[in-house]
Amino acid sequence: MKNSFYETLIERLIRVTGVLVILFLALIFLFLLREGGATFFEASLRDLLRTRWYPNEEQFGLLPLVLGSLMVTLGAAVVSLPLGLLTAVFIAEVAPRWVREILKPFIEVLAGIPSVVLGFLGMLVISPLIREHLGAPTGLTALSGSVMLGYMALPTIISVAEDALDAVPKSYRDAALALGATRWQTIWRVTVPAARSGILTAMMLGIGRAIGETMAVMMVTGNAARMPLTLNSFLMPVRTMTATIAAEMGEVAQGSTHYHVLFAIGLVLFLVTFLINLIAAWTIFRQGKRYGRLLS
Amino acid sequence: MIDRPGRWCYNLNSMHKPIAVSILFILLIVLAACRPAAGEAGEAGVAIQNVGSDTIVNLALAWAETYQTQNPDARIAVTGGGSGTGIAGLINGTVNIANASRQMKAEEMEAAEENGITPVEHVIARDAIAVIVHPSNPVDNLTLPQLSDIFSGRITNWSEIGGEDRPIVLLSRESNSGTHVYFLEQVVRLGDKHASILFSPDTLLMPSSEGISAEVRQNPNSIGYDGLGYVTPDQKTIAVAADAGGPFVPPSIETVNSGAYPIARDLYMYTNGEPQGAIAEYLNWIRSTEGQKIVGELGFVPLEVE
Repeated sequence: MKNSFYETLIERLIRVTGVLVILFLALIFLFLLREGGATFFEASLRDLLRTRWYPNEEQFGLLPLVLGSLMVTLGAAVVSLPLGLLTAVFIAEVAPRWVREILKPFIEVLAGIPSVVLGFLGMLVISPLIREHLGAPTGLTALSGSVMLGYMALPTIISVAEDALDAVPKSYRDAALALGATRWQTIWRVTVPAARSGILTAMMLGIGRAIGETMAVMMVTGNAARMPLTLNSFLMPVRTMTATIAAEMGEVAQGSTHYHVLFAIGLVLFLVTFLINLIAAWTIFRQGKRYGRLLS
Repeated sequence: MIDRPGRWCYNLNSMHKPIAVSILFILLIVLAACRPAAGEAGEAGVAIQNVGSDTIVNLALAWAETYQTQNPDARIAVTGGGSGTGIAGLINGTVNIANASRQMKAEEMEAAEENGITPVEHVIARDAIAVIVHPSNPVDNLTLPQLSDIFSGRITNWSEIGGEDRPIVLLSRESNSGTHVYFLEQVVRLGDKHASILFSPDTLLMPSSEGISAEVRQNPNSIGYDGLGYVTPDQKTIAVAADAGGPFVPPSIETVNSGAYPIARDLYMYTNGEPQGAIAEYLNWIRSTEGQKIVGELGFVPLEVE
């Protein structure tokens, strides 16, 4: 009797927490919509699609900010996804046990370094390197931001992907090896595909971290709201959406158009991450069905 | 799994409220505790309302804090909001001292007289902006029109103004800083109120003075500006002339106080009539050697104390 009472209680509690997550998400979205929605009455869509961001003079072109964020995030993905996946494969599949036991906790410690500290590192170490060796006029560039963000996303990607690889049943590997597959073939054709959903989650979390990161980006990207249209834009400064919100929210007059536009930027960021997650979930679902048939 | 930006905004909404509420509570308790003491101290215990310019607000806060620790009876309440806010408060009689980074306009003077208020102007500090470059940069002198062309993006290479063949990297404070606005109006637009020239979109907006000085120290391509008090010896300051014919004046406490350096302005406090009692004492202290020492510490230019 007593047992079943606790059972129901705990079950209810867990259900409530689960529902709360969705509720919070909906509330956040509503809040952003309430504060940012006014933008679309105060500034026309044409104003928002202009190429100049200078809020002091009521110029609210969001394009340079959106493109800036996308560019830095794309760069970060190029830096961190292959490196993160390969490191995870190394730790989970190749490295001897003792190496693995050293590497894993160290990588998790990396995740705990505050982003301001990494920002200083980027400002004082990475940006001079980029200026001196790549011929950029300044070291505070999109590339510096991408490298910093890639570095910050790595621990998340490695840690989650490694867990996913670790969870693949040993019998899969044994079966592959017994069929005469080499170690490389086993990893690439069996283990990694079997862990795909976890690996994809790892990548999404990593990219989510990159697109939402603020402090380090603000310190190393130079924050110039220019349109990054040419390929050499990676060697020029950019201004991201997050840095814009962080830099301007503190001083903006509440209820002004500028204030609403900053929330609209938050809304755009929210939608972008939501979209990324949605695509990821959909990919996992679709592949899950296909591989599910193959493996079962 | 989702969403740093979302979480951030959630923070802003719900997490700050309890903090704000608790700060409010603490303030209330402190205020309640202060009440009887203020009553005993009589007239002098009533808080001086010091409102206005956001450029001056940190300076005004520093003054108020130091002054209140030295004179436990004095109570000074400092608020920002902009020069216009402070002056409007003075005109309405809700503000004892209005801080302003500009002089009062004629229409504000008229409005004050209609309300029976006679504003008296006090210069309390000076604000000068130094143009800084990397120490190895051979360029020593620039005119204001040249600076305007550089920061609006019409001049993009140092060789056009007598330097090496290098691209110019522009550094500025964020657009919400008072220094940014002042530099835009006075240098980029050359003081023309109707001009619509902006900073070049390639301008790097740095979140702090330290960001600007770090980049200027490292990067021989860069040019930036900052409050004179924040300039360190490892940056090179440019001597500035108002126009091509004028003399090039390096920024220093002397040239700012003599009015020779062109990118400088006075900072003001306005009172209703000649200040009396506690307000007079406070203003005198501000203009003393001790008050002006704080001016220098916050990056402004101290007045010459007789």
